[in-house]
Amino acid sequence: MSKNQKIAVASLLAVLLIALVPLFALKGAEFGGSDDAGSQMVETIRGESYEPWFTPVLEQLIGGELPGEVESLFFCLQTGLGVGVIAFGFGYLVARKKYSGKAK
Amino acid sequence: MSKQEKQAVVLSAVLSLALCGATSASAMHIMEGYLPPSFCVIWGVICLPFLVAGVFSIRRIAKEQRKAMLLLAMAGAFVFVISSLKIPSVTGSCSHMTGTGLAAILFGVPATAVLGIIVLVFQAILLAHGGLTTLGANTFSMAIAGPLVSWGLYRAGRKLNLPKKLNVFLAAAIGDLFTYCVTSLQLAMAYPSDNGGVAASVVEFLGVFAPTQLPLAVIEGLLTMLVIMGMEAYAMPELRAIGYMKEV
Repeated sequence: MSKNQKIAVASLLAVLLIALVPLFALKGAEFGGSDDAGSQMVETIRGESYEPWFTPVLEQLIGGELPGEVESLFFCLQTGLGVGVIAFGFGYLVARKKYSGKAK
Repeated sequence: MSKQEKQAVVLSAVLSLALCGATSASAMHIMEGYLPPSFCVIWGVICLPFLVAGVFSIRRIAKEQRKAMLLLAMAGAFVFVISSLKIPSVTGSCSHMTGTGLAAILFGVPATAVLGIIVLVFQAILLAHGGLTTLGANTFSMAIAGPLVSWGLYRAGRKLNLPKKLNVFLAAAIGDLFTYCVTSLQLAMAYPSDNGGVAASVVEFLGVFAPTQLPLAVIEGLLTMLVIMGMEAYAMPELRAIGYMKEV
C-alpha cells in the first residue's frame, strides 16, 4: 500500500471509532440534539421558559411537529443528494484519469 | 473582481455597516424563533456583503473556469452530506458537522457563504432545523465565520510550509470548532446572564456545544483531508485552475 492509502485507511478507521465509541461507552445516554441542549440553556439563563416567537414554516403548515420518520426521510434526502453529486464527481474524475492515459 | 462587482460588494458592506450601527449589538444552529427579531436582522445584514461577493465569485468560476464547476458542486455536496450526519458524541448528545472547510480551502469564503446558505435554507424549511428567522445568524457562524478561520489557517499553514494534509486537517477541524464558538457568542449576546453578562453566558453556551463538538471537529478534519487527497489524485487540472495547486 502506498503512504496515501495507509493514511486514508487509518483516518477512516479513526472516524468510525470516534463516531461509534460514545454509543457504546455511554450506555443509556439519550443522544438528543445539542440544539435542544442549547434551548434548555436559554431557559436556565433566563430563569423562565422561553416561547419561540416564530415556529418553523413546515410545522405551521402541517399544524404540529414533523413526524420522526418523515424527518429522517428529509435527512436521508439531503445526504443522498450530496453523496450522489460527490460520487458522480469522483466517478467522472477517476475514469477521466484512467482513460486519458498519461497525457496531462 | 471587476470594477462593477467591487462596487456592489462595497455598497453592500457600507449598507451592512450602516444598518448595524443603527442598533449597536451588546448565539450549532440556533433554533427557529430563538433570537430576538433585532438580532435576526443584524446577523442577516452582516451576511449580505459576503453573499453578494459569493455570487460574483461563483459566477466568475462558472464563466472562466468551467471545469472547476465540478469541484464547486462537489464542495457544495460535501456540505450537504456532512451537515446531515448527526453523530453521537462523548457528552451523550448528538451534533453534526458543518463541512464548509473544504469549500473555504478550495474556493475562499464568499463562495462558501453561498453554498452554506443553500444548505441552511434546505434544513430550515424541510427539517425545522435551524430556522428562517435565525438564518442570518446561522449563515454567519457556519458559512462565514468558520470558513474564514479555515481559509485563514490554511493560508497561514501554507506560508509556514506545514505538511499539506496536516494543514488541511487543522484548518477544517478548527474552522468547525470556531463555528460553534460563534454560535455560543451569538446566543450569549441575545441572552446575557444576570450575573456576569454576556461573558458568563458565552461560557455557559460553550459548555454545551464545545465538548460535543470537539470529537466531531476531528472527524470533519479527517474527512476533509480525505476528499482533498482524492481530488489531488484525480483532479489536478481543476485544482490548478482554481489556484489551489500553484507550485506543481
